[in-house]
Order: sequence, then C-alpha cells, then structure tokens
Amino acid sequence: MPNTETYNDEVVRLFLLAAAVWGIVGMSIGVYIAAELAWPALNFDIPWLTFSRLRPDHTFGVIFGFGGSALMGTCYYVVQRTGHARLALGNLATFTFWGWQLICVLAMITMPLGLTQSKEYAEPEWFVDILVAAVWVSFGVVFFASLARRRIRHIYVANWYYGAFIIAVALLHIVNNLAVPVSLLKSYPLYSGVVDAMVEWWYGHNAVAFFLTAGFLGMMYYFVPRQAQQPLWSYRFSIVNFWALISVYMWAGAHHLMYTALPDWVQSVGMVFSLILLMPSWGSAANGLLTFNGSWHKLKTDPAAKFMVLALVFYAAATLEGSMMAIKTVNSLSHYTDWTVAHVHSGSIGWVAMITIGSLYAMAPRALGRPAMHSTPAMELHFWMHMAGLLLYVIAMWAAGVTEGLMWRATNADGSLVYPFIDSLIAIKPWYVVRFCGGLFVVGGMVVMAWNLWHTAADARARLIKPIPVPVPDPIPHQVPAPLPVPG
Amino acid sequence: MFNGYKYFEAIEKRAGLLSILIGVMVSMGGLAEITPLFVAAHTVKAPAGTAPYDALRLAGKDIYVREGCYLCHSQMIRALRAETQRYGHYSIAGESVYDRPFQWGSKRTGPDLARIGAKYSDEWHRLHLMHPRQVVPETNMPGYPWLAAEKIDGADVAQRMSVLRLLGDPYSDADIAAAAAALDGKTSMDALIAYLQGLGRYPEVAAANAAAGAAGAPAGDGGAP
Repeated sequence: MPNTETYNDEVVRLFLLAAAVWGIVGMSIGVYIAAELAWPALNFDIPWLTFSRLRPDHTFGVIFGFGGSALMGTCYYVVQRTGHARLALGNLATFTFWGWQLICVLAMITMPLGLTQSKEYAEPEWFVDILVAAVWVSFGVVFFASLARRRIRHIYVANWYYGAFIIAVALLHIVNNLAVPVSLLKSYPLYSGVVDAMVEWWYGHNAVAFFLTAGFLGMMYYFVPRQAQQPLWSYRFSIVNFWALISVYMWAGAHHLMYTALPDWVQSVGMVFSLILLMPSWGSAANGLLTFNGSWHKLKTDPAAKFMVLALVFYAAATLEGSMMAIKTVNSLSHYTDWTVAHVHSGSIGWVAMITIGSLYAMAPRALGRPAMHSTPAMELHFWMHMAGLLLYVIAMWAAGVTEGLMWRATNADGSLVYPFIDSLIAIKPWYVVRFCGGLFVVGGMVVMAWNLWHTAADARARLIKPIPVPVPDPIPHQVPAPLPVPG
Repeated sequence: MFNGYKYFEAIEKRAGLLSILIGVMVSMGGLAEITPLFVAAHTVKAPAGTAPYDALRLAGKDIYVREGCYLCHSQMIRALRAETQRYGHYSIAGESVYDRPFQWGSKRTGPDLARIGAKYSDEWHRLHLMHPRQVVPETNMPGYPWLAAEKIDGADVAQRMSVLRLLGDPYSDADIAAAAAALDGKTSMDALIAYLQGLGRYPEVAAANAAAGAAGAPAGDGGAP
C-alpha cells in the first residue's frame, strides 16, 4: 500500500504567520511605551494610550502572541517530525490556532480599556483566563495524542520539554488565576497580600521558566542539531538537565520578593534554588553550543545558525545574571530598578527572540516547500539589526539600573540620603532615549523578517490561490443558432 | 556501561509515565513554598484598629488596580536602611491582608507609595494626577485627567464589597448598605485620592515611625527641607 500520510503543516504555517505578526505588534507597542517614558507627552492624556494601560499589551503581545504562537507552531512541527507521524486531531489543532488568536486579540483590546486583574503577566480578566485554559487543554490533548500515535518508540528530548511546558503552564495558569467574578468585567483573586504575592511570583517566575525557557529549549533541542547537521552533543546530559531544570525552577520564584514581608525562610529557599538553577541552565546552553562542534563554519554562511548560537550565548549570560541577581545582597541594589528590565530583555530579545527567529528561518522554507529563505542577505541584515538593538537596549538599561540603585542608597556623611527620588529619574532619562533607539532596531529587524517570509511564501500562496481556468466549450459549428426546444 | 539506563528507558518510551513524573517534579516547589503560607495566612492579621477599605477607598483601590499604577510604583518598603529612611517604616505582612490582588509591585519608575498617605495634601494629589508636570516638571508620569470626570457607581461598589465578604473580608451588612450613599456624587479622582491618603497609616507603624523620626529623607521626598 502506498504511503498517503502527510505532515499537517497547514496549522504550522498559520502559527508561523501569527508569530511574525504578533512579534511586530508586540514589539512596536514596546517601542511606543519606551518612547512614553522618555517623552511623557506621548501619553496624550488618552486613557488607552497611557503607559500604565499599554504596558501589559507589550508583555502579553510578545510573550503570549509572539512567543505562544511560535511555541505552538514549532511544537506541532517537531512532534510530527520526531515521531514520524501526522499530527493527531487536525480539527482540534486548527481550533487551538483560532482560539489562541482570539485570546490574544481579546486580551490586547480589553487590557488598555482597563479590564485587568493587575497581576503582572497575568493581567487579562477572568473571561479571557477561562478561554486560555480551554485552548491550553486542547493544545495538550493534540500534543499528547500526537505523541501517542508516534512511530518511533523513543520520545525525543525536544518533546520532553514541550510536554513539561504544556503541563506546567496549565498548572501555573489555573492556580494563579483563581478568582471570584463580581461582574462580567471585574473579579477579585482568591488570595490576598502575602499569599497572593507568593502565588503571583511562583507563577510569574515559572512563566519565565516554562513558557520562555522550557518551551524554547524544546525548540532549541530540535532545530539546533537540525541546523548544525550534527547529533546532539550529549543526549544523556540533556536529560539530566531536563529533570534538574523543571524541578529546581519551581522553587526559585521567591527571589522576586527579597527583603519584603514574605517570610524570611521562603526568601532564602528561593535564593538557594536560584543559585542551583545556574547548573542546569548552563548545562542546556553548553549542550546546544557544543552541538555546533564540527559545524562552526556554518556561522559564516548561515544566518539562522548565527541566530541560534547567539541565542545560546545570551541564554547562558541571562541565566548567570539571573542567579547573581537572586543573591540577596545584589538584589538589594538591583530590585525595583531598570536592571531588572535589562535582565528580562537580555533573556527575551537575546535568548527567546533569537532562538525563535533562528528556528523560524530554519522551519519556514521546509514548511513552505522551498529550498531556502527568499533572501539570505535580508537574514544577515536582520541579524545585525537585532544584535545592534539588543546591545543598545541592555547596555542602556544596565547603566540606568545601576545608576538608580546607587543613587537610591547614597548617604551623606551625617547618614541622611543624598538624592531625592526625582534626581535618579533625571539621571537616567538619556538612557531611556538610547533604549528607545535599541527597540527601533529590533522592530526594524522583525519587519525585514516579515518581508522575507512573505516572499518565501510566494510559491505556497500561488499554489493556494492558483486561478481556476473557466471551462470554455469548443465552438460547435452547426449549433449556431441554438437548436429549438424539442416539442413535448 | 551504565546499567541504570535500562530502567530510565521505561520513562523515555512511555508518554503517560513521562507526563506523570513531570507533574510530580513541577509540583514540589510550589507545594513546599506556598502551602505553609496558606497555613500561616490564618495567623497574619490586619494591624490592630484597621478595618477593611471603606467604600470610597475600595473604589479608589480598584481605580489604582485598573490604571495599572503597580507597573511604576511599588507598595513594599524593604527592610533596608536606605528604604526606611526614604519611605518610612518597612512594610509588614498584615498591611496588605485586604489587597486583592497584592500591590507590592516590581519596579520603581516612580517612588514607593506604601506610606504616601498624608505626606501631601489632597489638592497636591489632584493637581499631580491631572497634570503631573505642572507639579513636578521633570517627572515622566502620565496624567490621568479622565478620573475627575468619571462618576462612581455605588451599586457596583456595594456588589464588590459583598464579593469581598464572601472571600473573608469582614464587611457588615451596614457597611455594604451604606456604600451607595457614601459614594453619591464622588468621582474616580476623589476615590483614588482617598485611597492614596489612607496608604500606610496604621497606628503601630505610625508610632514606630515617630520614634525613628522622619530624618534622613531628602526634602523632595517629604522629609524636612
């Protein structure tokens, strides 16, 4: 019997397109709110355009719109390729796509209108949260059903990470968003005060761990060996890191609450586990980088590989920084400052965005039936724009953060504080302008990517909307004029 | 070479077993850190002499939440000398028992607000919220002029109070019944200012503050000029 099973890449292509669109939308909003911090007149006294209303749109757009679409798309792509089987439950998979897009649109419209829980990174109100839970469970069903029909018995490690990402995010989302609705538009969380703080940062930190790390490590473990054309440096090492990473991460959330009213022992446990976390983080980064052994020459010719390597370097850098910032002494300086913002963005623009962009460049031609991306010079241009933007951004925010931290604690000889708060804001304003410029470069690079993807998809679009020829009948000479009706 | 590996293969080839083990591993941290807090939450009481937010301040707190103030202002003074000098006595757990969600924040683009209450006049807050740069020329805070034009719906706030009572906040029937009348004619601006003026004004903390003296805070932050 001939093989008639094909990979379901339709839904993968949809997610690919959505990732590019949300990436540009989310990052553009980021650039705009960065400009508002530098030039506050840009708030225009319009409620939905005001920084505090718009900032959740930036974080939601890039994390859940861009990151979420990229993760779900690559997850569907990888589980099919590594299991040698078509995606299970095709209609449900299509539902997860449209459901996820509906969630993103709903959240991004309602939050600037003031419908928000004001829990960082979990801002959307209860009616959006229920939709998220429904779509997420469907996503899990499609993934595990696809895993169940795999033809390769051995489950490849990328799927471990995707699986952990799905299970943990479901757990985090549901526990953190438990609330009692007052009306359609307003709810109160089940938790208050200290308990709410701990639950929120258990969620917030592990949204980073499982959404922005485990999921993207799944992506890395498939696309890095694929792009390097080398086997994974150490498969066993990847598994040791897997168990360490998923279990240790969950303990580290308390480092967001150092020196606060959270019980001291929880703070200390959070700090210790944050330090231990450095080991599996660097283990994963090293495993990815060493996979390029024998293929380092690809960096000269393949911008996708370049994105992946730099992503791993920034993953290592950001996780080292994160562990250091979890040390109480360092945290006392860095917390509440723009250093935190620098750290988050070296992780997100550096690691998350770069591994995603590298993987998209690797996956797009294959999913679109082309030998390569439309333009390699455009990929190269994107790489350098992204790097320039990233460095401008994080250097500006590091400088701003350390400045704030030092000015807030500076004391005169008599023990009184040197600076009023406003002085620290005046001191860092130039850095806010530099940060805005960095953001512009990153978004510019994303536009170049979108242009490149659009042209790479030209063939696929042509196949999709191939004009249907009108069946013109051959003229029949003796039928003109038309024959009379046959008498009844 | 490593015989244990053959047992490990069982996990690598069974998706169900793998999922269960993932579930176990990711649950441990949360269980260990959050469960004791739930148990201890019963012992964390509001400071003596404090009641849950009255109707106006509750409405104000929900405006604070709606506008996303937590994105630039913390309400958590850490137990560090430079912080207590600038903002006052460090925050204690009992002070946020009525905050759903908690408003500790994570970033200070503007100063901490945990003890902003009574540091400035109502009129100062009104001007500052309407046109921040007319009061502090260098600030990058957005203006919130629409709050002054927005009337508060008393019935809605009463509904909110009854949901909070369901969650355990000690509101009496009389409190809830009086909400609508108390809010008659009030704007969101009035409510937000009432909320801000009430922040951090707990008797025992105020006493500790007085003992320490507000010395050390720069003049611009409410200290002695």
